[in-house]
Amino acid sequence: MLTSRALIRGLQSGLWRGVSSTSALQAGHGKAVDMMDCTVPQYNNRLDTPLPDVPFVTILDAGQEKLKEKEKGPWSSLSKEEKLALYRMNFELTYPEMRKGSHEWKTVVAGMLFFLGFSGLLVWWQRIYVFGDVPHTLSPEWVEKQTQRMIDMRVNPVDGFTSKWDYEKKQWK
Amino acid sequence: MFRSAARLTCSGVRGLTRSRPQYTAPLAARSYSHGKQETDEEFDARWITYFNKPDIDAWELRKGMNTLIGYDLVPEPKILEAALRACRRLDDLASAIRILEAVKDKSGPHKEIYPFLIQELRPTLTELGISTPEELGIDKV
Repeated sequence: MLTSRALIRGLQSGLWRGVSSTSALQAGHGKAVDMMDCTVPQYNNRLDTPLPDVPFVTILDAGQEKLKEKEKGPWSSLSKEEKLALYRMNFELTYPEMRKGSHEWKTVVAGMLFFLGFSGLLVWWQRIYVFGDVPHTLSPEWVEKQTQRMIDMRVNPVDGFTSKWDYEKKQWK
Repeated sequence: MFRSAARLTCSGVRGLTRSRPQYTAPLAARSYSHGKQETDEEFDARWITYFNKPDIDAWELRKGMNTLIGYDLVPEPKILEAALRACRRLDDLASAIRILEAVKDKSGPHKEIYPFLIQELRPTLTELGISTPEELGIDKV
């Protein structure tokens, strides 16, 4: 929606100021687009629907009415600008404009990474200021004594823990 | 119809030495395991008759075009000519230009189809005074 609004404003400053739609997206509706009336046929920009149910601009001003009258005569008497204005009255976006896409994805990825980073900062702060000390049973001294006890007990001697200990050489295999 | 346009790129040689590309498609729009298959000519004739209705109304034009664009094919120039003339009877130039845009988009990666269509439609376009999207500058963003 943003791109088409910007586009139409840009086009208005061009050739079609006189006859093309003045208040871009509100032109056809007469009220804000936030309050779409879904009980009546809608205009839509779709590649697979070249001719939507209603024209884009339904409320025509005097210049547009005159142009519509002129359209009933031979089309070769219409200037290029008039033909363009007629097109824009009926359709909001051309096919290339529909296909264009935007750079919005970059904003999305950037925002996503930013908030992931922010979450990382929160986790780090929590680690420092919220969590207490780690239990003493994880200290190197304790783990050393614990490991020796496990070796003495022959923990998992077949394929597990002490199968990796060489009892003759008194070292890890 | 240009249904087998993809086949042109695969088969390579076909159509390259001729001035007018030939796209023959033995398949019909609907495939039944029973019943008669509609031929390309019957399909074209049906659609030409549809758009040639003298008192065609705007809804029928829209419905016809939207349905036709929904098919997996690019319509023959004859069908498009009938549709453009229907636009003329309805005093709707914008729809005529839109139809040209739509068939160009429909050709997809087969860039040779649209210039051929315009070439075939040129007499009609001149007669009715329809400008192509390129002439109006709306083929570029």
